[in-house]
Amino acid sequence: MSSAAGSIVTSYRPRSPPRLSWGDVNTSEPDRPASAQLFATCIVDSFYPGVGRAVVRVLEDQGVAVEFPADQTCCGQPAYNAGHRDEARAMAAHTVAVLDATDGPIVVPSGSCAAMMVDHYEDLLSDDADLAAAARRVAGRVREFTQFVVDDLGLDGIEADASGPVTFHPSCHGLRHLGLRGYGERVLDHVGVERRPLEAAEECCGFGGLFAVEMPEVSGALMDTKIDHVEATGAETLVGYDMSCLMHLAGGMRRRGTEVKVRHIAEILAGEGEA
Amino acid sequence: MTAPTFAQRGAEAVGSEAAAAVGDGARHLIEKRAAAVDAYPAMDAMRDRARDIRLHTLAHLDDYLFEFAEAVEALGGHVFFAADAGEATAHVAGIARAAGVRTIVKSKSMVTEEIELNAALEADGRRVVETDLGEFIVQLSGDRPSHIVAPVLHWTKEQVGRLFADELGVAYTDEPTELNQIARTHLRRIFLEADMGISGVNFAAASTGTIAVVTNEGNGRLTTTAPRVHVAVMGMERVVPTLEDLGVMLEVLGRSATGQALTTYTNLITGPRRPGDADGPDELHVVVVDNGRSTVLGDDVSEVLACIRCGACLNICPVYRSVGGHAYGDVYPGPVGSVLSPILFGFEGREELPYACTLCGACLEVCPARIDLPRMLVNLRERVAAEGSAFSWLDRPLGAYEFAATHPTVWNASLDGASVAGRVNRSGWFKRLPWRGKAWTGERDLPAPAATSFRRWWRKHRGS
Repeated sequence: MSSAAGSIVTSYRPRSPPRLSWGDVNTSEPDRPASAQLFATCIVDSFYPGVGRAVVRVLEDQGVAVEFPADQTCCGQPAYNAGHRDEARAMAAHTVAVLDATDGPIVVPSGSCAAMMVDHYEDLLSDDADLAAAARRVAGRVREFTQFVVDDLGLDGIEADASGPVTFHPSCHGLRHLGLRGYGERVLDHVGVERRPLEAAEECCGFGGLFAVEMPEVSGALMDTKIDHVEATGAETLVGYDMSCLMHLAGGMRRRGTEVKVRHIAEILAGEGEA
Repeated sequence: MTAPTFAQRGAEAVGSEAAAAVGDGARHLIEKRAAAVDAYPAMDAMRDRARDIRLHTLAHLDDYLFEFAEAVEALGGHVFFAADAGEATAHVAGIARAAGVRTIVKSKSMVTEEIELNAALEADGRRVVETDLGEFIVQLSGDRPSHIVAPVLHWTKEQVGRLFADELGVAYTDEPTELNQIARTHLRRIFLEADMGISGVNFAAASTGTIAVVTNEGNGRLTTTAPRVHVAVMGMERVVPTLEDLGVMLEVLGRSATGQALTTYTNLITGPRRPGDADGPDELHVVVVDNGRSTVLGDDVSEVLACIRCGACLNICPVYRSVGGHAYGDVYPGPVGSVLSPILFGFEGREELPYACTLCGACLEVCPARIDLPRMLVNLRERVAAEGSAFSWLDRPLGAYEFAATHPTVWNASLDGASVAGRVNRSGWFKRLPWRGKAWTGERDLPAPAATSFRRWWRKHRGS
C-alpha cells in the first residue's frame, strides 16, 4: 500500500480486547497503590449505595485509603449515547475537572462509566487542548473495579466468604471497550464461590442506557433472553460489574417472578448481604 | 397516518415466528464464523490487511475507479457511472432494449435490490428471474429479503415447501435437498432461454479490470456466462487495487459470512468472451452505482463504505436477532444498515435507525474490516438529535440532567430528593410509573432510590 493511505490507517486504533486466557491475568505482585479515588457513578450513588460501601470495604481491607471527591456527579454517558454531544461534553468537562484535581487510581464500579471516561472523554473535549490533556490524564488513571482488583492489587490477598451458586454476566462495555474478558470470572473463581457458566454470557442484556426506554419492547426481548439463560443456570445470584444492567435485569426478574438476586462483584468480595 | 418507525416495527416483530427464525439462523451463521476463525490463525492479521486495503482504496477511490474502468474497456467491456438509482436502472433498461432482450436471469445482488432494478426492467417489458434460491423464494412469494447474505433467513422449510407446491405445481415436500432440486429444474430451463444475465459484484480489481462474483449455488456462474449479455452492477466502493488485494478480501469474506474458507464458487470475470473462448457473454457492461455513497466520502461515517457485505454484524447483533430484518425497513438491515440506510436513502423516516442499537460493540468485534459501527451510530444520533427528529422528548430531561450534573449543589439536592421517594416506597420497587416512566415499567420493575444515597452515607461516616 502506498503511504497515501497513512492518514486514515494510522488514525485508527483498534480497541480489540487483548486475547485473554486465565494464564494471561496478572497475578504477580504489583506495586499496590496506597490510596484511590472512588467515582461511585450516579446509579450506585442513588440506587445501590451498598455497592459503593462494598467497594470502600474491599479497598480498605487491602490497605488502600479511599477518597470520594465530593463534587463528582454523572459521567455523561446518557447524553453521549443519546447523541446530545453538548450536554455530554459539559458533563465530561465537569468530571475531568473534579478528578484531575486528585491523585492516584480512580476506581469505578461500572465498566460502562469507566469506558465512557477512557474511550470518549478526550474526543469530546478535543476542542480545548488543556481539557483534552486533562481528560487523557484522567483516562490513564481510571480503573473498573475488577480491573483494579486484578491488575493493581493482584488477587493474592483477595478473599471472600461467599456462598453460591452464582453466575456472572460480563457487561458489554467492560468486556469489549476495556478488554476485561475473563476478569470477573477469574475473581469469583479465585475466592472459591461456586460459579455456574452462563449461556451466551457475552450477549447484551438489552439495557443499553436510554435504549431501555426508547425501544422498550426490543430491550425487553433481549432482557428475556438473558433471564432465560440466567434461570437455566440454577444460580441463586447473578453477579456483574455494572449495576445499570443489573438494575434492568433485577426489574425484569422481579416482574417475571424469577427468584434470583443481583449483586455487584464488590458485594461478593465484601461479603455484604443486602445492597 | 405516518409510516411506522423502527421502534414500532421492532415492537411488532419481537416474539414473531419470522423473528425467531432469523434469530436461530443468525446464531447458526455466527457459530460457523467462530469455528472458521478458530481454524484460521491468520484471521486477525488478514482483517487488519483487509481494513488497510479498503481504507486505502476509499482514500483514492476516484483513481482506482478510473483505473478499473480503463482496464474493463481495454478488454472490450463497457463501463457506466450512474449517479443515482434512476440513472442506473434507466441505463440497464436501455442495454436490454438495445440488445432485444426478453428474459433476464439474475444472481444475488444487494445493490440491484437497493436501486429496485427488477421493477424498472419489468415495467419496460422484460421478464426478470432471480436464480439465487433465497432470492427466487423472495420473488416467487412477493416477499422482501431479511438478510443481506441469506435473504430468506426468516422462512422455514415448511413455508418454502408450501410456496413451491402452490406456485410451481409440484408435490409438497419440506426436504431441503428436494426443494433445492425443484428450484434447479425450474431455473435450468430459464437459464437456457435467457438473453441477459445480471449479477452483482463482490469486488472489482482495478489493475486488471476483474470482477469477482462469489456464490454457493453455481447460479452466479451460469448467470454471467450463459446469456449473450452480462450486466454487472456494483456499488462504487466495491473496487480494490489488485488481484492480490482481492485475495485478501476473499480470505475474510467467506469466513465472516458463512464460516467458509472460500465460497463454493468464486468467479473471476475479466472482460467479455474473447475469440476462441468456449463460452461467455458477447457483451459485458459494468454499471458503477453512486446513489449517495460519494456524499459521505471524507466525513465521520465514510468508513462504512469499507463494508464488504458479509453480514457478520447482522448475525451477532442482539437487536437484529430479536426483530429480524424487515423491522429496519430498508434492504440493508442490522447495524451496518442502520448506518448505511440513512446515508444512502435520507434520514426522513429513518431517524430512529441509529438508535436501534444498545452500543454493545459485538459488531465491531466480528467485522472483517473492523468498522467502528457503534461510534458511527453515535455520530448519526448526534445529527438526528441536532434536528430534534427522534426521541425529542428526551431533550428537556437531558438538559435538566446536564444542568444538575454540572452544578454539584443542585446534584446533591436532587439525590436527596430522590432518596425521599426511597423512604416512602415500602416495597422498594415501582411497578407502574406515569408518563415516559411507562417505557421502563412496561417491561420491568424499577427499584426505588435508596433511602440514603452513597454520598450522604459518606458525608456522615467519613465526614469531609
